[in-house]
Amino acid sequence: MYNFDVVTPNTIAEAAAAMAGDEAQALGGGQTLIPTLKQRLASPNTLVSLSGVSEMQGITKSGDTLRIGGATTHHAVASDGSYPGLSGLAGQIGDPAVRNRGTIGGSLANNDPAACYPAAALASGATIITNTREIAADDYFQGMFETALEEGEIITAVSFPIPQAANYQKFVQPASRFALVGVFVAKYASGVRVAVTGASNDGVFRWTEAEEALSRDFSAAALEGLSVSEDDMISDLHGTARYRAHLIKVVTARAVTAAS
Amino acid sequence: MPRDTGIGAATLRREDVRFLTGTGEYTDDIVLAKQTYAVFARSTVAHGKIKSIDTSAAAQMPGVLAVFTGDDFVDVGGNPAGWLINSRDGEPMKEPKRPVLAHGKVRHVGDAYAAVIAETVEQARDAVEAIEADIEELPAIIDMNAALSSSTYVHDEIETNQCFDWGWIEDNREATDTAIKNAHHVTTLELVNNRLVPNAMEPRASIGSYKASTGEYTLHTTSQNPHLTRLLISAFVLGIPENMLTVIAPDVGGGFGSKIYHYGEEALVLAAAKQVGRPVKWTADRTESFLTDAHGRDHVTKIELALDAEGNFLAFRTDTKANVGAYLSNFSTATPTFLHGTLMGGNYTVPLVYVNVKAVFTNTAPVDAYRGAGRPEATYSIERVIDKAARELGMDPIELRRKNFVKPDQYPYASAAGLEYDAGNYDALMDKMEEVADISGFEARRKASEAKGLMRGLGVNAYIEACGIAPSNLVGVLGSRVGLYDAATVRVNATGNISVMVGAHSHGQGHETAFPQVVSDMLGIDASTIDIVHGDTSKIPFGMGTYGSRSLAVCGSAVVRATEKIIVKAKKIAAHMLEVTDQDISLNDGVFSVEGTNKSVTFGEVALKAYIPHDYPLESIEPGLEETAFYDPANFTYPSGAYACEVEVDPETGKVRVDRMCAVDDFGNVINPMIVTGQVHGGLAQGIGQALVEQTFYDEYGQLLSASYMDYTMPRADDLPMFQVDHSQGTPCVHNPLGVKGCGEAGAIGSPPTVVNAVVDALQSGGHNITHIDMPVTPVRVWEAMQNAK
Repeated sequence: MYNFDVVTPNTIAEAAAAMAGDEAQALGGGQTLIPTLKQRLASPNTLVSLSGVSEMQGITKSGDTLRIGGATTHHAVASDGSYPGLSGLAGQIGDPAVRNRGTIGGSLANNDPAACYPAAALASGATIITNTREIAADDYFQGMFETALEEGEIITAVSFPIPQAANYQKFVQPASRFALVGVFVAKYASGVRVAVTGASNDGVFRWTEAEEALSRDFSAAALEGLSVSEDDMISDLHGTARYRAHLIKVVTARAVTAAS
Repeated sequence: MPRDTGIGAATLRREDVRFLTGTGEYTDDIVLAKQTYAVFARSTVAHGKIKSIDTSAAAQMPGVLAVFTGDDFVDVGGNPAGWLINSRDGEPMKEPKRPVLAHGKVRHVGDAYAAVIAETVEQARDAVEAIEADIEELPAIIDMNAALSSSTYVHDEIETNQCFDWGWIEDNREATDTAIKNAHHVTTLELVNNRLVPNAMEPRASIGSYKASTGEYTLHTTSQNPHLTRLLISAFVLGIPENMLTVIAPDVGGGFGSKIYHYGEEALVLAAAKQVGRPVKWTADRTESFLTDAHGRDHVTKIELALDAEGNFLAFRTDTKANVGAYLSNFSTATPTFLHGTLMGGNYTVPLVYVNVKAVFTNTAPVDAYRGAGRPEATYSIERVIDKAARELGMDPIELRRKNFVKPDQYPYASAAGLEYDAGNYDALMDKMEEVADISGFEARRKASEAKGLMRGLGVNAYIEACGIAPSNLVGVLGSRVGLYDAATVRVNATGNISVMVGAHSHGQGHETAFPQVVSDMLGIDASTIDIVHGDTSKIPFGMGTYGSRSLAVCGSAVVRATEKIIVKAKKIAAHMLEVTDQDISLNDGVFSVEGTNKSVTFGEVALKAYIPHDYPLESIEPGLEETAFYDPANFTYPSGAYACEVEVDPETGKVRVDRMCAVDDFGNVINPMIVTGQVHGGLAQGIGQALVEQTFYDEYGQLLSASYMDYTMPRADDLPMFQVDHSQGTPCVHNPLGVKGCGEAGAIGSPPTVVNAVVDALQSGGHNITHIDMPVTPVRVWEAMQNAK
């Protein structure tokens, strides 16, 4: 680890001010950043710890909307239950140690192509709320580790419309237990949304053909005849592109069945 | 002796108290006065010519005390291979020098070419980053076939990438070829025994220190055999006189083979300690462990089994390429040869065995013995090809094995691969396995799985292994450069408690509990008064260390011999005290008594007399009560077993779930059944890990893509079923005093083929024409195999 300073703001305003510093880096739960620092793969001047910002903590439900503070841990979301599909997803992230440190804001800001939360945010049509604006999930995810966040911008909360039914199924990469293919299916009155993580070179994406079919008939049988192109799929030692493409359909069907 | 402490008692492991409460003391926990830190500069390319290394900037960095490169070690010796293998043409194997630090070339990613000594670890790291190395990348030799035909060499001076071309038994070659040519049926299988990263929980670590006033060196290090490490450093590498070097291996957090060997880091910290005049500590990080610990396995094999019309085995013929990596690690040449080829007859009365092994240098981490060391490779080949033969012949795989088993009345049995099996009963093991695993209930379980949409398979296995490698005379003839005995000293203190100094090192095996059980049983005194001293060359007489499931069979036998000497002497002392002759003395429950009388003295009274020899026959007995024995066994011991595994395979995803795993092992007599069960559990976990999840992946450039736990899968508790373990069918080893065999590796030897046999059976039951999938049998491999078989 290289040397760095740590600041611990108490408010979003203080955090934003600290992030304006040279080579400042936001620190959520540190589940990706700390190992990266230990390996000397990053050298920020200042870490801005967000865990003490009380405005960014907690989960509030109002009507059919669930608002989760950006510094809320996976464990807190897993324990909440207001949006069972989302809580189910949070409970599958990492292990208890990870879930007690890792945060939703940190996960979404990092946008690991195999992370779980991006699938929930995209499938739910969530709104990413930052210290400066609100970003629709459809506009937020811009490829592997790429997001719409600007330099110094902080995810302060995420707002999820609670669907009629939802489920997340994760087929794990056996070593990391990140998603080899993870699919979040969410059924709203307006239609069904399906988001896939782990599989694509472009990061999380919506499987629109499945959304159309499932909006007509929310059953696994509706997926018969559909297929996913392997063209943009990741191919690595854990799975070929065609395997991942195949798994998307299998895992989607399982998510639909579990949600039904 | 009461069964709660003696032989056969399931005594709780006394060492676990400190391990489970975080009070063990590992090398990295040790802080020596004025300690400094070493960090290594390691190659990021698999193969490269070192054109220049500029350390001038690094040397000026804050806190830096010294910088070393390969130039500093050109005049010291190389780290040698412990076993000389001769090729079929009689030529000795190629032995390129393995230097302390790379010199001239780097030969694998992680190969250390420089080291910085600094006041703190972070300062040393900073300085390593300031070293300017000009390394010209050369083509990487990764694939073994490509290596053998390449004109680029890992070691230019030997002008080949082949270390040796070994035949076993060469005199059987033609007869084996003829038998296979003329056989009624020949089953052929090509398979890969996948390379494994050992992944001991504790990374390697070493502290070198030097006392200028006396010239004494001390090395604290993560070693399975401190005496061998001392010998290698003294006699081969640094030339430090053996009596001026103490090697201490304190608590060691697992080894699995990878800490048998001497590594360059150990020599570096010793040399550096002398130069900087302060202790030098190095502790590997996890990435260094992945890149530089000796890996395991990595064989590519073609095996053929010839059978007659009745299913009798006629011959096994094996053609193996064994990857030795970039340098010869200490046991790397023994593992694919004498620890592998000699087992290629399995548990069977096959008359002919021929094994050809070509060892190949590549630009990868050195490969050496890893839990099982050669025997898992042999067992996997044999037991997979038998399973395939059974399928081809339409025979039941259990019956085909039984038909060819060596029978109990055939011992001692001279195997076609050159070993003499001393005892066993393979049918009894198979009977017990069928009972414990409930083989008769399999079809009902298969139907239940199918009702869930899953394919279910049953795999079985019979294995034999050779452990407690010996005797020295034989291994010397076969090329070993060391003897394979062990040593123990039993020291009875004046107050009657006992320290037993043993050459075997305990790093998870439970010696501190099991060895006292033996001494306790023999002397009839409470085990809690007996402690084990190990891991320090200044405290123990000598030792060949712990590997190859040898501790109890070899070192435990030395403990027995030394304790027998204690009893002989103690009886003489007791006889004097009781005014009889020592023939009249018997020892029961810690009391020496004269039969037919009420005369007796306790063990403690005898001990006190030995150290306060008033009224003592000094003319015929020395004072003191301490005895040492060296024990060189007459033969290997031969554990064997019958295993069964049931898996469920998801036809949609290819994911394999192990549902049942049964291991019935013959370990001879058992000293502590709880420890034995634990050893089997660990072995099974590692074997299932190899079979299903552990994948060491070098790309074409020699980059280890599976160099962290993000990509290298370790088996976890939820990957494993509750194990069914039985060792009730022991046939005692006939040539060691305890009648014991070795249990440390069995699980890792027996389980991989059992699992893969089960997977193939499941796929066949689902209508997939698949006869083999290479390990690790990952979901993608299963799914791709199903697609390709369509």
